[in-house]
Amino acid sequence: MNAHVDQRGMAIARDDAIAPGEVLLSVKNVSLAFGGVKAISDISFDIRKGEIRAIIGPNGAGKTSMLNVINGFYTPQQGTIVFRGVERRAMKPHHAVRQGIARTFQNVALFKGMSTLDNIMAGRSTLMKRNIGWQMLWHGPALAEEIEHRKAVEEIIDFLEIQHIRRTPVGRLPYGLQKRVELGRALAMEPTLLLLDEPMAGMNLEEKEDMSRFILDVNRQRGTTVALIEHDIGVVMDLSDRVVVLDYGKKIADGTPDEVKNDRAVIDAYLGVSH
Amino acid sequence: MLYRIAGQYKTSYAADHALFPVRQDAWLLGVILLFAFVVFPLTASDFTYQALLIPVLIYSLAALGLNILTGYAGQLSLGTGAFMGVGAYACYKLVSLFPEMNLLVAIALSGFFSAAVGVAFGLPSLRIKGFYLAIATLAAQFFLVWLFQKWRWLTNDNASVAIQVPNIDMFGITVAGPNARSITQYFFVLCVVCLMTWLSINITRGRIGRIWKSVRDMDIAAELVGINLMKAKLSAFFVSSYIVGVAGALFVFLWRGAAEANLFDIPLSFRVLFIAIIGGLGSILGNYLGAILIVALPVIINTVPAAIGITISPSMVEHLNTMSIGALIIGFLIVEPAGLARFWAVIREKLILWPFPH
Repeated sequence: MNAHVDQRGMAIARDDAIAPGEVLLSVKNVSLAFGGVKAISDISFDIRKGEIRAIIGPNGAGKTSMLNVINGFYTPQQGTIVFRGVERRAMKPHHAVRQGIARTFQNVALFKGMSTLDNIMAGRSTLMKRNIGWQMLWHGPALAEEIEHRKAVEEIIDFLEIQHIRRTPVGRLPYGLQKRVELGRALAMEPTLLLLDEPMAGMNLEEKEDMSRFILDVNRQRGTTVALIEHDIGVVMDLSDRVVVLDYGKKIADGTPDEVKNDRAVIDAYLGVSH
Repeated sequence: MLYRIAGQYKTSYAADHALFPVRQDAWLLGVILLFAFVVFPLTASDFTYQALLIPVLIYSLAALGLNILTGYAGQLSLGTGAFMGVGAYACYKLVSLFPEMNLLVAIALSGFFSAAVGVAFGLPSLRIKGFYLAIATLAAQFFLVWLFQKWRWLTNDNASVAIQVPNIDMFGITVAGPNARSITQYFFVLCVVCLMTWLSINITRGRIGRIWKSVRDMDIAAELVGINLMKAKLSAFFVSSYIVGVAGALFVFLWRGAAEANLFDIPLSFRVLFIAIIGGLGSILGNYLGAILIVALPVIINTVPAAIGITISPSMVEHLNTMSIGALIIGFLIVEPAGLARFWAVIREKLILWPFPH
């Protein structure tokens, strides 16, 4: 990978007051219910800066709801979220993005009518500042800004090795590439915390390897903290620094992959247990 | 053979972001502009101006406004006619309250009135989408036309409850009203439309255009990449209604010369919507192609048989018109559902390869 990416990664790390290894985000006693259905009950955990944190659990355990709470899409009934030392419960998703939380989706949520380039550029919407007056004139500051962000986007395109589909409308791309474009769009937001909802769902082994490599590179070169949901336990154990396990909306284990793997409650949750 | 991109390399992002990445497109536009600014004025008759050139331009502009809302931002609207009316009535009031105001300024300001009304009626878009939003904008359509009829102040308490465009001079030349010459009006409209088109192209290809398209393609994802949906939708309503309002002011002041409230009723909204759909939603060029088809074709059907010596009764012409336009619309939508602009894009792709498709 070229040196430029490294510099940018360093710049982001320096901007942040939180040193690697310290708590970046903590979830405190969060409960979320939809009517009578308790999706999440009284969960607490933290995400440290610079780590890859996995959230796993059987279907319906509340993993995606947890991500939705973290990035402000759902407002929990109880509990608080502390991100970069600021406590909050309710916020709009676009504010979460401005604070540095980006995410991808379980089902690819790209802008289908737009090209790969435009999709990733759209990820930088909040970083671009020129108002409609300059936009109307195009030449001058608006174009300068466009080119500046285009450079950043081209770095991401290089990084994800998707140069050949730059101009292709994403609706025409195969699923694996769409997932990659979606990661690119999330990276374009220059997040401090990147939430990945099943980044490897529906992929073959080779695509999974590629995606794992990208996630590790993002984490190491850009210093981005990653929280991911994934069902492929092999991938989770290899990638993540710490794992939190949910089952029926409750936290049943939290620790390093090895600790979690040997945890009785986790084994029971996944394999079932006779009562 | 002439349409080739070989050898046209781009060495900077600025070149890559250019309006015409293919040089031949720029030449084509140059030829079209040459026709619009030089050839038509030299050859056109009064009838051509009034029946063809001016209405095509004005309808294109109205469709462009609607296209920004529906094609780019994905918010369906059936209130275009009424928003045009707001522009027209606002312009009329401005001109009668401040008679010394430059007409260009009055038209530019009247757009802001329709933009404000558009934003107000766009508020439901924050909660509802698709057909349901279309119904909400339909309410705007009915309410505003009713208002034009009942609020006598809008027409200066004139007995006929209609707008009568007075003679308006600009730099010593009469540009609007009964004394204005067609060629002056044509150039006035042409300049305004060219300027508005250029500005619209710039908005739609930059950050704001991407934001609109993101909202159109998937609003939840747009919100989660940090786009403020409220701002995005309302700005689309604002820009769209502004353009539509300007088109409405031109419609009455530079073309019709007089207008009653029911001119802005739902048939006008549908007409503009058809132009945008047939031309191609989410495209700027499409509005012009659509307007040429919908506005110019009836005129051609009217005049061509007479010109080549076939006499058809006027009522027959009328029926033929309706039938052929209907058939053409269906035909075009079957051949190319994404509109004439897409048709042109396909032709371009084929031309680049032609005659060696392999």
